Amino acid sequence: MGKLDKFVEVGRVAFIANGKDSGKVCAIAEIIDQNRVLIDGPCSGVRRQVCDMKRLHLTRFCIDLPHSARTAVVRRKWTAAKLDEKWKETSWAKKLESRRLRTNMSDFDRFKLARAKQ
Amino acid sequence: LQQMAKSSAPHKPKNSAINASRLMKYSRARIFQRKAAYKVKKVKTPAKKSAEKAAAAAAFVVKKIGGDKNGGERKVYKKTPKSLPTQVASRKVQLRPKKTFKKHVRRIRSNLAPGAVLILLAGRHKGKRVVLLKQLESGLLLVTGPRKLNGCPLRRVSQRYVIGTKTRIDISKVALPERLNDAYFRRQRSAKKSAASAGGSADIFAKSDAAYAVSAERREDQAAVDKALMGAIKASGDGPMLRSYLRSLFSIKSGQRPHAMVF
Repeated sequence: MGKLDKFVEVGRVAFIANGKDSGKVCAIAEIIDQNRVLIDGPCSGVRRQVCDMKRLHLTRFCIDLPHSARTAVVRRKWTAAKLDEKWKETSWAKKLESRRLRTNMSDFDRFKLARAKQ
Repeated sequence: LQQMAKSSAPHKPKNSAINASRLMKYSRARIFQRKAAYKVKKVKTPAKKSAEKAAAAAAFVVKKIGGDKNGGERKVYKKTPKSLPTQVASRKVQLRPKKTFKKHVRRIRSNLAPGAVLILLAGRHKGKRVVLLKQLESGLLLVTGPRKLNGCPLRRVSQRYVIGTKTRIDISKVALPERLNDAYFRRQRSAKKSAASAGGSADIFAKSDAAYAVSAERREDQAAVDKALMGAIKASGDGPMLRSYLRSLFSIKSGQRPHAMVF
């Protein structure tokens, strides 16, 4: 059990772990109940929708959002906070990227990697 | 009819298809009326020569026979067939006639394009990475090592025993000799054996002397294609790496899952 510093709150940036938008980050726009939140990720291609907390992994980022903020507001706050760059710099995002590159390696790429490792 | 054939006016069809379908605007009866085909006199085909016709219809044939006292001739009656059909045999209409092998459609996997690097999965060159040159008329793929790099010569290979990788070499400048076709690569049966089998009485236990020897034209074509191909490899971005890649053998390592791998 780590530090209890990531709260489910309006503005919390979350990573969607499974489903259609898996791999994308979004912001929590509203809390519906114990298990569900309203998420919105206009800058990352996530439609405004209800999401189960079980699908979300909370990140350490939080943007200053009023509750039930509409998509345009979320977009404005997101770009102002430069979250796209901040997210890319995290080791979490970097690991995801390297995993993606690894699975998409062609046979020639694998050969070059093996050679480089020698 | 002959006059119509000689006229110089272009033929304007009176009937046309509806909406690019097979249905025609006018039915057969209507078009008969529109063309005034009732006016057209039927040209009678000249009758068969009466003698021939008579001979064909006759129940017997008159044949000459020898011997003084035999009358000189005999009427040989045509034998009736043992069984006569009770119904007219209906001709089975071949709606989709059987296609011979030559007419079969040859398909090629979308990821196999000339210049692609392939991994051979079967045969004496299995595991080798080779370059695809083109698809031959029979549907088989023409590949080459190049022979200098991995020992695989100009060879035919089936698509089914091949993995197509994403790696491509630009072979637009590689000119393939015209004579590289299926007949060129066809397996040669030793002439001696074929003559023996025809004769029947030759010694079937005689060992055929000739071992396989590479023909001069094969050497020539291999050298020409490989030279051009090595040039193309050199010209491509990753020349030295590509060369060692084509020399290496493919294998599945522990932990690799072929169905999840991108080639």
